Amino acid sequence: MIVAEQKPFAEIAGFVADCNKILVAGCLGCVAVCLAGGEKETEILAAALRMHRRLQGKPLETVTYTATRQCDPEYVDAMADLVKDVDAVVSLACGVGVQYLAERYRDKWVVPALNTRFVGGSVAQGVWEERCGLCGECILHKTGGICPIIRCSKSLLNGPCGGSQYGKCEISKDVPCAWQLIYDRMKALGKLEWLLEYQPPKDWSKSRDGGPRKAVREDATI
Amino acid sequence: MFEPRIVAFCCHYCAYSAADLAGSMRLQYAPNIRVVEMPCSGTIDARVILAAFEDGADGVYVAGCLEGDCHFLKGNFRAKKRVHYVKKLLDDIGLGGERLEFYNLSAAMGTRFAEIANEMTERIRNLGPSPLRAKEVAGA
Repeated sequence: MIVAEQKPFAEIAGFVADCNKILVAGCLGCVAVCLAGGEKETEILAAALRMHRRLQGKPLETVTYTATRQCDPEYVDAMADLVKDVDAVVSLACGVGVQYLAERYRDKWVVPALNTRFVGGSVAQGVWEERCGLCGECILHKTGGICPIIRCSKSLLNGPCGGSQYGKCEISKDVPCAWQLIYDRMKALGKLEWLLEYQPPKDWSKSRDGGPRKAVREDATI
Repeated sequence: MFEPRIVAFCCHYCAYSAADLAGSMRLQYAPNIRVVEMPCSGTIDARVILAAFEDGADGVYVAGCLEGDCHFLKGNFRAKKRVHYVKKLLDDIGLGGERLEFYNLSAAMGTRFAEIANEMTERIRNLGPSPLRAKEVAGA
């Protein structure tokens, strides 16, 4: 999932400082799972903004709505009635959702309430870690299901480097060396010979090269 | 004298029973608290605390079991963390996190229940009315 974190409250309050009525829009996708922008966080932010503005003597009216997903036009369209008479929309979606709202409602001031951080998963209740670098060409079959692109600090394809000590990366004692993890797992699987194969430089043209990427499935288009 | 309006979210297994005990013991304590019984302090939700403040509470506290004694094992630890989070949010909002507190007590601590009610009432009285209803109090 996409992992995001809420921006500092003062920053969000500043975005809508001159508005009288706003729509606080949550998203039930990834950001709900990482507890940043679901229904609950939406209600909390709206209440906090209302109280903050009452204290400033400039009451703010809020409308809240939590879309199934803000990254799908059909769910963004469903918000039209709520959007029409507000001064601004505060989106608690990832950067994708914010852009979808801004594209659909062109005359509205759409602002982000979250900082979109990374693609990852939960490792414990309330703790999330990055797991995928979105490189566009997965090599997990060669590395025991552990991604060196994002989990190795240098994104090495033929690791480890000399900074691997006692299973940890030199950048921090809390960061495991991805290549140590890969070696240990491949050894446990009896597939160490896979690591003998030299990996040539990665073809980064499938990653961020060439501007924004696009995926099309002809059979799914209508 | 300003009489604070305080909402006390009390766990059924400790603080709420302690309130019963305080009554049975004929203890006198500040009449400013409004008790809300909860199945466990761990069910507390930031939205409920914020709603209490938004609707006119001058102070709020959540009372859970002594550490290690939670009927549901960790509910009181979870509640404490959430209260800490909301205290920070109240600071950001401008209401002041000191208007919110978390207490630990057991069902046998009727006297402590009365003490907490008095302590919190005194704290909020010193802080004055919630800035959200300061005008209302001043006009009264």
